[in-house]
Amino acid sequence: MTTVINTVANREPPEGPGPGPQSAAERARARAKDTGGLYKPRVPIYPKLVHGKWRRIKWALLIATLAIYYVTPWIRWERPGALPDQAVLVDFFGRRFYFFGIQLWPQEVYFITGLLVMAALALFLVTALFGRLWCGYACPQTVWTDLYIYVERMFEGDRNARMRLAAAPWSFDKLWRKGGKHAVWLGVAFATGGAWIFYFRDAPTLLAEFWTGKAPITSYISCAILTATTYVFAGHMREQVCIYMCPWPRIQGAMLDDHSLQVTYRRDRGELRGPHKKGQTWEGRGDCIDCHACVVACPMGIDIRDGPQLECINCGLCIDACDEIMDRVGRPRDLIAYDTDFAVAERAAGRKPFYQFVRARTLYYALALVLVSGLVGWGLLNREPLDLHALRDRNPMFVRLHDGSVRNGYTLKIANRTFTAQTVEIAIVGVPGARLSAPGDPPGAVVRTTVPANEVRGLRVFVTAPPGAAEASLPAVFTIRGDKASAETKTTFLTGAESAP
Amino acid sequence: MSERERDEHSGTETTGHEWDGIKELDTPLPRWWLWVWYGSMLASVIYWILMPAWPGLTGYTRGILGKSDRAEVVGELKGLAAQRQAGESQLRSASLQEIEADPELQAYAMQVGTSVFGDNCATCHGAGGAGGKGYPNLRDDVWLWGGKLDQIRHTIQVGVRSGHANALGEKVMPAFGRDQLLTEAQIGDLTEYVVALSGRKADAAAVGRARQTYADQCSACHGPAGTGDATQGIPNLTDAEWLFGSDRTAIHDQIFNGRNGVMPTWEARFSPETIKALAVYVHANAGGVAEPVAPPAPAPVAGDAVATGAAGR
Repeated sequence: MTTVINTVANREPPEGPGPGPQSAAERARARAKDTGGLYKPRVPIYPKLVHGKWRRIKWALLIATLAIYYVTPWIRWERPGALPDQAVLVDFFGRRFYFFGIQLWPQEVYFITGLLVMAALALFLVTALFGRLWCGYACPQTVWTDLYIYVERMFEGDRNARMRLAAAPWSFDKLWRKGGKHAVWLGVAFATGGAWIFYFRDAPTLLAEFWTGKAPITSYISCAILTATTYVFAGHMREQVCIYMCPWPRIQGAMLDDHSLQVTYRRDRGELRGPHKKGQTWEGRGDCIDCHACVVACPMGIDIRDGPQLECINCGLCIDACDEIMDRVGRPRDLIAYDTDFAVAERAAGRKPFYQFVRARTLYYALALVLVSGLVGWGLLNREPLDLHALRDRNPMFVRLHDGSVRNGYTLKIANRTFTAQTVEIAIVGVPGARLSAPGDPPGAVVRTTVPANEVRGLRVFVTAPPGAAEASLPAVFTIRGDKASAETKTTFLTGAESAP
Repeated sequence: MSERERDEHSGTETTGHEWDGIKELDTPLPRWWLWVWYGSMLASVIYWILMPAWPGLTGYTRGILGKSDRAEVVGELKGLAAQRQAGESQLRSASLQEIEADPELQAYAMQVGTSVFGDNCATCHGAGGAGGKGYPNLRDDVWLWGGKLDQIRHTIQVGVRSGHANALGEKVMPAFGRDQLLTEAQIGDLTEYVVALSGRKADAAAVGRARQTYADQCSACHGPAGTGDATQGIPNLTDAEWLFGSDRTAIHDQIFNGRNGVMPTWEARFSPETIKALAVYVHANAGGVAEPVAPPAPAPVAGDAVATGAAGR
């Protein structure tokens, strides 16, 4: 018995052209015919426009996500002083990440990690419950491809017109349609890359800089790279990005089970399929009239009736396509619908299906999501506005002064994460009789310093202990106290007691 | 080529190999993959044209962009020199007190000081400036030649017993034992006397015997009370700081052999700006108390005229 590892389902190509007249689709596909070589040409896909609930939702989400992407960098958010007034800004030069009222420092990158973990867990949960919603509705690849197909349709018409145009010999009409399409594609791609760079620098300033040639070279390079990738991925690669490049279709197999909602062809109701003429009976046959409306609507170029497939991004366009046909032939809608494998199997066996959203895996994902979001949220709410670190001088470890007292040197790093300058009082606990001084200042019980807003201040501090310490090493704590916040950090004070004269 | 086996389910050819009953599909690569490969070939050719690439017998292809790491380094060094120039000129015009009072200028001086100290001074004074036996600790508050900014600068400039015309250290400690100025018994008693000076327990009888010897031989320099003289580099014998060691053997050795410290003059080696930076570095690292900016007409230390034409470092 031999088993074949079936990595990428490569279904039989449609039957070759017969002796009869060739359709435009076949002529278009003929140019990309599998010739049995080492490489597989792309079979062009001409998705047909559909109308319906899911298409409307997709349009709405397309507008919403694109609007978020393009508008976000232009939202202003007042911050004091010279700090940037952009609501969302990844400031590499200033080494800060701004998100409305939140401001993150590079050493707090774990919040970003937490956010990514949350995003991954949310994706796991949604996938386990409702299938690949992300792929079908929110993924940038899907959104931009949808936009590009919209542009393509404006210039070249719907599926049949596009196929005819592809098969037609070059003419002025073909030239301007193709040229126009590519020009608009490039324009959209440029706008995409152009909007991206605004996330990294004050948007109005950068816009002026960009067109006067004064922007940093990285802006132009980033813009060029994103323009190129957008144009290539959304215009030319399309479904191949999902099938060959993206790891997510493969990972998602692990999240799905029999109870996950997916775009499903309801075999139990559809089979046996076959053409149906008006007036014929529906007895003894399925509702699928084999019209291929679902196939021609599919942007991934698959037949949903073959069952769940790696290529399927769950966009629901085949549902709309099928619903239109069902309305026309007078059968109930939802022959293709968001459904579970379990429900289909139950119905096929003549039982009433049920839907089970609470399952072990959805519980685990939800629990993990709540846990991580809780942690991140707690961390954000409890961020200390002041942070303190002490670095001991290691060479020399300690210095004995003329009167036998012992001095240790420290470099304190005081981080002020607030937007106002903070005056703090530095003290040390754990060294009896300790006197503190900053270089140049006479010693006292405390040292006062002002940390500028939103900065780290490095400060040398000398701690002097009177002679006569018994212990060679004293555990100590540096404390800083400001008007509204305080911080402390552990350190050690070395007295040199063992090597005293 | 014979007809290869096709998988029934997918219709794709298999590789023809079989492992424990498992065969692998020979799924063809997508065509765009091939284009990426061609694209990278093209990119490398463009790279050869733009950038230095091919070695020849006597040189290499330069590329039309004229990129050269060597030229970039030279350019960057020039930029750095210009940047330093600005810092140097500030160091030149500001007084030591002003340098220490200005946080930015002080930070610059400290950076210069760190690298110069590490390259030149650390050999004797230690990387952290903590010194060692015979080499003064620059981190504490005891200064043989004075701990004020101007005094430190002067010491660096002229050195100690360095051969410089204005060198510090005119007075030297005689080798009382080696040169037979004192007897062994007298030196033993003096050792006890010095131990007693620093406030430690000593043999009272010996201290009594040494009193007259100290007055005759030592107090001229170290003072009747043993407190030394910072203007002449005479150590204070009453404090806890010992240049050549604090125990009896070490004190005895010092009286017997009379070692005298030597520090080279750095005037010929460092520019005046570097010496200033170094002075600020040493002063600040030792926790020196800030001196008032622009003190009323600071009296120039004798012979402290900065030598003109001093070589840069």
